[in-house]
Amino acid sequence: MALRPDLAIIADAVPSSARVLDVGCGDGELMVALRGKGVDARGLEIDPANVTAAIARGQSVVQGDANRDLADYPDDAFDYAILSQTLQTTERPDRVVGELLRIAPRAFVSFPNFAHWRVRLALLWNGRMPVTRLLPVAWYETPNIHHVTVRDFRELLREKGIKVERVWHLSGDKPTSDAAASWRAEHAIFLIART
Amino acid sequence: MASLLHQIQHQNVTIQTPLPLDGGQILPSVTIAWQSYGALNADRSNAVLVCHALTGDQYVASDHPATGKPGWWARMVGPGKPIDTDRFHVICANVLGSCMGSSGPATPDAATGAPLGMAFPVITITDMVRAQAMLLDHLGISRLHAVVGGSMGGMQTLAWAATYPERLASALVIASAARHSAQNIAFHEVGRQAIMADPDWQDGNYYDKFCTPTKGLAVARMAAHITYLSEEGLTEKFGRRLQARDIKSFGFDADFQIESYLRHQGLAFTDRFDANAYLYITRAMDYFDLAEPHDGRLAGAFAAARDVRFTLVSFDTDWLYPTSESRRIVQALQSAGAAASFVELSAPFGHDSFLLDVPALDRLVAGALGSGF
Repeated sequence: MALRPDLAIIADAVPSSARVLDVGCGDGELMVALRGKGVDARGLEIDPANVTAAIARGQSVVQGDANRDLADYPDDAFDYAILSQTLQTTERPDRVVGELLRIAPRAFVSFPNFAHWRVRLALLWNGRMPVTRLLPVAWYETPNIHHVTVRDFRELLREKGIKVERVWHLSGDKPTSDAAASWRAEHAIFLIART
Repeated sequence: MASLLHQIQHQNVTIQTPLPLDGGQILPSVTIAWQSYGALNADRSNAVLVCHALTGDQYVASDHPATGKPGWWARMVGPGKPIDTDRFHVICANVLGSCMGSSGPATPDAATGAPLGMAFPVITITDMVRAQAMLLDHLGISRLHAVVGGSMGGMQTLAWAATYPERLASALVIASAARHSAQNIAFHEVGRQAIMADPDWQDGNYYDKFCTPTKGLAVARMAAHITYLSEEGLTEKFGRRLQARDIKSFGFDADFQIESYLRHQGLAFTDRFDANAYLYITRAMDYFDLAEPHDGRLAGAFAAARDVRFTLVSFDTDWLYPTSESRRIVQALQSAGAAASFVELSAPFGHDSFLLDVPALDRLVAGALGSGF
């Protein structure tokens, strides 16, 4: 099965033989791809059924909550931390980003852009919280409790003095230009680093 | 009954190498009884050691010689099973201090030929592991593909990783802990006192007597058995239902089904277990605290085990070795830099879940053993 486009980009960008923690690793799909290229990948996942599936696939995954259990990892335990499609579900995204860059000098963070034009239109025209392809759940039951835009995230990084090494913007699962990414990107992947 | 139990012949080996024990004494030689399943491959790299629990034995996947019942983990170990004997050479050894053929309190004194009884030295979980390592040396197996164990078997697995980290590729620890809690020790002390309060115990010198401490041992088993089950499981299985009667007796018969069940479990246990062995093994578990030699830092125990792949499993209804104990181990492994997997499975059977039908556990065990092989 083909990897989700954001995961494929991350899998491609991680150098082989790196040590990686995939936070919110699901059933280990990305970890399997990373192991295939010689990456030492470990995972953290909250859902026990996903953890069981990942371990059954031979992956090293710990059941835990990104809001609390990142604290158990020592400083610089990894070369890269990965947080894909999970930032907007955490209680304090700013603290989670801080934890990622404590346990690894670099991190990949991907999230759906809440300023994508479809989201803007839904709010502007209907006055309703948007339900989109990447944000498919109604406001009252969505796990996405901290919606974030590309600009918001850049601002957070600037405030915290975090370096942006690379950004990929996706629209309809395809790369889109950085120009006007704020409204054209459905989805963004940041490679961030300590300064 | 103990005399009948000790007449069973087990496959065993006596290794004439002294074993220095944690308690300071030295066993001049060590007898280990074991069973194995599946073929050892040419480069001797497919051996899996299964460690049994407190009242378990080496008959992991074969009928018990005293009770005739199927092996205690026959659902997990066998051809095509999660611990697949078509792929792995599975070894299970009776622990030091037990009563199924390995050195223990029923072992004869070399000088007098009489059973040692309480003259057998107090042993620890790590002593059990050292004895297993001696068996593997004897069998010519220098490195294990995996060590697997539930409950006290999990403690041995952890002790393996701490003591011989270079001798195992992976460790699978199910429903276990890296130390015995005050509550764990308390339940064991109830059991030991029940045995020692039985007049037939006779300071442990009952092997040649007509009466053996079956009553005390049965009570010990009854108390322990409660700790292996969940309240939810007990309520579902027995509730307040009466046993073979419609009304309460207003006496002290086993009115309730749960009473009848426990009495049966306690009595049946005495057919297959020795009271002194129960004392020694519970003591070994109570003394278990992997962090103790490292100033209370559990990560210190795993400092040399960074290359071992650990998988830990707990059960949500297990209050004897709760999830928090497994998490503590995971935290220590992470801070030591070892590869650790952990999941809490949902199962209704309490601590005993590791022995029972939990399909997710089967998938986990197969996955944890399969990787990298």
